[in-house]
Amino acid sequence: MPALVSHPDEVKVVSRRFGMGATDIDKYVELDGYKAVQQAIAKGPEWIITEMKASGLRGRGGAGFPTGMKWSFVPKQSEKPKYVLVNGDESEPGTCKDHVLFLHDPHAVIEGTMIAGLAIGSKLGFIYLRGEYRYLLKIVEKAVADAYAKGFLGKNIFGTGVDFDIITQTGAGAYEVGEESALMESLEGKRGVPRIKPPFPAVVGLYGGPTVINNAETIANAPHILLMGGEAYAKLGSERNGGTRLFGISGHVERPGVYELPMGYNLKRAIYEVAGGIKDGKTLKAVVPGGSSCPVMLPEEIDIGLDFDQMGKAGTMLGSGGIVVLDETVSIVEFALRTIAFYQHESCGWCIPCREGTDWIKKTLTRVYNGGGNKKDVANVQYLAENMLGRTFCPLGDAAAMPTIAFVKKFRKEFEDYIEGNKAGTPIITVEQLVGAH
Amino acid sequence: MSTVANTIFSPETAARFDKLVTIYPLKRSALVPMLLYAQDEIGYISDAVVTEIAQRIDLLELDVHNVLSYYSMLRTKPAGKYNVQVCTNISCMLRGGYEILDHCKHKLGIGHKETTKDGVFSLEEVECIGACCWAPAIQINYDFHDDLTPDKVDVLFQMYRDGQGKDVK
Repeated sequence: MPALVSHPDEVKVVSRRFGMGATDIDKYVELDGYKAVQQAIAKGPEWIITEMKASGLRGRGGAGFPTGMKWSFVPKQSEKPKYVLVNGDESEPGTCKDHVLFLHDPHAVIEGTMIAGLAIGSKLGFIYLRGEYRYLLKIVEKAVADAYAKGFLGKNIFGTGVDFDIITQTGAGAYEVGEESALMESLEGKRGVPRIKPPFPAVVGLYGGPTVINNAETIANAPHILLMGGEAYAKLGSERNGGTRLFGISGHVERPGVYELPMGYNLKRAIYEVAGGIKDGKTLKAVVPGGSSCPVMLPEEIDIGLDFDQMGKAGTMLGSGGIVVLDETVSIVEFALRTIAFYQHESCGWCIPCREGTDWIKKTLTRVYNGGGNKKDVANVQYLAENMLGRTFCPLGDAAAMPTIAFVKKFRKEFEDYIEGNKAGTPIITVEQLVGAH
Repeated sequence: MSTVANTIFSPETAARFDKLVTIYPLKRSALVPMLLYAQDEIGYISDAVVTEIAQRIDLLELDVHNVLSYYSMLRTKPAGKYNVQVCTNISCMLRGGYEILDHCKHKLGIGHKETTKDGVFSLEEVECIGACCWAPAIQINYDFHDDLTPDKVDVLFQMYRDGQGKDVK
């Protein structure tokens, strides 16, 4: 069972019921559960969207798109049914926040799904978890069944004449399915390959109907926002980055864990105070700030606010909130290789620049790692990665290219020294292991 | 009662499948969950599983193969009763994921995607399983075990050998 952590700097909104037994529907109701959705039914879609826009909530999956605006894009009139699709296919390495959310507060996800449904005029929502989260699916399934039993879901919910249904399911192991259009393909029973955009899902989505797709944490924020008011939620965060978010701090820190911090919270403080600093008193070498696809940061770059805009300005991303901390012992050559090996494994093969590019970079870095690199390899890796950027249907190609470019740019000397035979860091992966699985 | 005559699945699973094909706006949406539940019961996606699922969803067997080959959790060969999946992605790697993998290989005497002779365990190196903050972590079938050391792995293996391990399905 994942351990819960706590720190005085935390501002608990979406995590406020964690560890309080809120998987039980009566406990959830006692802790203000299902109040927001009843308000939403009474006050109507315009009010919901106004509050969501005022909250400044931006997508917690990684893209950071304003949620209220996303909901407002769904056409009011539609011949086809409209859908809400909750993305719980959490697969970005370094990210485990939705894991704790489903474990401790599944009803918040359900209530948020209902609110999104009311906002766009949908009667059916889907909650899609990654295949590995079977035990969490069972928790969510039970929560949904309990909500049906109480009359909170189904026909005539809360006796208001409104109908809303939720279907839950899991994937079966595919990082790519976390991308919204591939997620829809998977839910339609197909291979999880991306669709070209436009049309965007808000217009033509699941089964061809207008669809709102939100990350599970984004959705779970909706009830809290309606209860406290959009403006109050916005004030918790920084400019244009409303509220708080779940940050998963992992790697070489003393107290790894999922912490809820205000948007704009200082990254350095998050590592040194909240997560207790670098493990075993070692020195910080680098930080991957928001899941493995985010460009790496150097120790001198981390005195920065954790929000979408500040991180973007610094040439990296806030991503999924998975902060991975690397100490002095890490070989960046090895870390870059392990990162690209992941993307090569997960590339769905639909777009050639991603399929071939990830494979070529992995092969080149494998050769470098094994001591057979030559001077041209570093420039070649950068060239390959730069030519993948923006040339694929979905962002997986970018997700592989961006960290690779940052590794070779910011640690060019380490790569060159490595090729010369001066290897920094302590290698972990053996040649046998490299050939074995990847 | 199953809508498929001579179903290869247990009555419970057959009934579950009868329901699954009715809940979605399109029947085909039931495909991925059905493949997983079939694998949970039969152990892998056999030809007979493909045939029956294709029949239940009105798809060609080719369509089912096309989808099943995409998803890494679906397998077309039997695995051990307990499939040990060791994460070696970045967060686990930094906290000893490869050490755990090596220990599992040594302890079980098998490599990646291999099964012990007695059929109790199989081993797989997997990508991120979403337990980064509790690394290093493994999954045995669907159960998570985190914050591991080689010693804790030994205890786990013994528990499963003794039939004491959890087994969520």
